[in-house]
Amino acid sequence: MSDASINTQANTGEASFGDYFALLKPRVMSLVVFTAAVGLLAAPGSLHPFEAFCAILFIAVGGGASGALNMWFDSDIDQVMKRTQGRPIPAGKVQRDEALAIGVALSGFSVVMLGLATNWVAAGLLAFTIFFYAVIYTMWLKRWTPQNIVIGGAAGAFPPMIGWAAVTGGVAIESVLMFTLTFMWTPPHFWALCLFMKSDYKDAGVPMLHVTHGRRVTRNHILVYTLLLAAIAIGMAFTGVGGPIYLTTALVLNGLFVLGAVSIWRRDETVAEADGYKREKAFFALSLVYLFLHFGAILAEALMAPYGFGGW
Amino acid sequence: MSFREPHELHKRRFGRNLGVALVLTSFIFIVFGLTYVKITRGDYEPENASVER
Repeated sequence: MSDASINTQANTGEASFGDYFALLKPRVMSLVVFTAAVGLLAAPGSLHPFEAFCAILFIAVGGGASGALNMWFDSDIDQVMKRTQGRPIPAGKVQRDEALAIGVALSGFSVVMLGLATNWVAAGLLAFTIFFYAVIYTMWLKRWTPQNIVIGGAAGAFPPMIGWAAVTGGVAIESVLMFTLTFMWTPPHFWALCLFMKSDYKDAGVPMLHVTHGRRVTRNHILVYTLLLAAIAIGMAFTGVGGPIYLTTALVLNGLFVLGAVSIWRRDETVAEADGYKREKAFFALSLVYLFLHFGAILAEALMAPYGFGGW
Repeated sequence: MSFREPHELHKRRFGRNLGVALVLTSFIFIVFGLTYVKITRGDYEPENASVER
């Protein structure tokens, strides 16, 4: 590409391929890919490697499609919030209608292709996930209740269940527990972010918990959800997807996570502002590692099982 | 034989067109690969094939 063409693009604000790709929320997609792959590999039974690759690809495309629908519907909010002002629609690179068209087309495409590649239970779960994220969360809960992130978090928790269903053609206690792990992890992860992102949600009029009920209540909620999460995460060690590696990982990570939540709970705004929300930022960073390592441990158990090491 | 100078639009949208071309080509390979896997595994053999044998 010549310098001239780059300049022309910058002047006209015309969308590049990357701008359309950004509609699919690639960073969220990476989490979807990873957790879906773990669900798929931990499930009893097997798929042909090419089918497995296609299953993960179509789950990722479905997740991306719901991201595009979210950007279409929330473009007014995205324009107000600093964190989202650079997204393709508020940046003026992609039109709202284009995002809607891409979202709808990729939703249908991903569901049909996943059904053809694996089975229709997995495809049905993917369709429900897209519906849940785009309609239940984005259109309904997000602007209505401070519990938006709690219930809406379910959308991000479905991929391991879909991966599991792609192999087994059904739902099992293990896949439900993998869903629950991400479901319970989302609120403390997001509320910690809210504590140090301060006015963004307030400016956009989104009723996040810290906006409607205050920061003290948010800190209490982070602690309660972290304790519930720890019980579920450690309990999972004793199911079919658990084992010594997972148990060790879960004990260490949940110990650290609970300590982080207690430390956030014991602080007030004056102390937090004084040190630039250091503990809240550390807790948020830990939450990313937390989820990655939990699913990593499930994956390790599944990969070592054929050699007689994984599981109990 | 000489090729005409590419239109400004082609230059401007080269990246986007290339991206779309790659996506569509990948889709062809995916459909081909899935078909190959499913047919060679016997997913689409007639149900009475074993009776005839």
